[in-house]
Amino acid sequence: MARPIQEINAGSMADIAFLLLIFFLVTTTMDVDSGITRKLPPIQEKPDKQDDKIKERNVYVVSINLHNQVAVEGDLMPVNQICDGVKEFIKNPHNNQNLSERKDPTEIPFFGTVDQLSKGVVSLQNDKGTSYSKYIEVQNELVKAFNELRDELSMNTFGIPYKELDEDRQKAVKKYYPMTISEAEPRNVGGGK
Amino acid sequence: MAKFARKGKGAMPAISTASLPDIVFMLLFFFMVSTTMREVDLKISVKVPEASEIKKLEKKSLVSYIYVGVPIKSLQGKYGTEPRLQLNDELSQISDIITYISAEREKMNEDDIPFMTTSIKADMEVKMGIITDIKQQLRKASALKINYSTRKKL
Repeated sequence: MARPIQEINAGSMADIAFLLLIFFLVTTTMDVDSGITRKLPPIQEKPDKQDDKIKERNVYVVSINLHNQVAVEGDLMPVNQICDGVKEFIKNPHNNQNLSERKDPTEIPFFGTVDQLSKGVVSLQNDKGTSYSKYIEVQNELVKAFNELRDELSMNTFGIPYKELDEDRQKAVKKYYPMTISEAEPRNVGGGK
Repeated sequence: MAKFARKGKGAMPAISTASLPDIVFMLLFFFMVSTTMREVDLKISVKVPEASEIKKLEKKSLVSYIYVGVPIKSLQGKYGTEPRLQLNDELSQISDIITYISAEREKMNEDDIPFMTTSIKADMEVKMGIITDIKQQLRKASALKINYSTRKKL
């Protein structure tokens, strides 16, 4: 008659599991990568040609100087007002001569032919001595302006926020308000050598 | 009296540890799922700034990282206290970026190359001078999609 099979001792199972747990705790990190995504302009062979294509009224110049002060079109402005400034510049509801021009009417799916599209470009300039955190703060405000514009449009047309739209509709809204933020060629804005 | 004495003398039964492995395994699986492998040992200290309008980076394999910051305390004697940049495990010069980007490109699947993103993880305290230099190098390497790494502002 065979001996009854002895039970395997599982007492050290906890130790093994602890060992694995500690290994994973040490070698992994928890942070999710997230950030502000931006596209750099390609290097131009002849930088002069591009510049006069865009009219001055269509460029919204935001500059940050050495002392982390923010100026819009040459005038100092608190950071929290930039968002509204950009929105007004892009929308230009009263056809103000100083704000952005309209594009020729374009066909966009879901919206039909639109003549409200803006030619506006936001240009962000900084100095060598500008702190990175201020730069990101301003970048954040600019992105926020465009996100709010898209959200408003989406709420008015589809009744739901931009994030909940399906892919095709998101694309259409994106086309309506493209994120035209340009990071200017490096130049020193005030104060720097 | 006798009753009490007998009760006190009885040995305390050991707490059953049979479910301990289950508990630890549960913890283990939680950490395995919710964390990612550490990619590099940072030789510089990086505390990224905060922002509210952020996007998640979807595919890790498409992202290469550039770290910018002041060397950590133990290395300050060797490298000084000026902000430096780190590529992979090495502190590098700005001019190394082009080589780094092309090395990263070579590792990638050919179809993925247009979607390659460079994530700049820079410390809040650094100045824009070094960031601008990095951006210029990235333009030269035609790695145009970049991402300023930030934390979520609550």
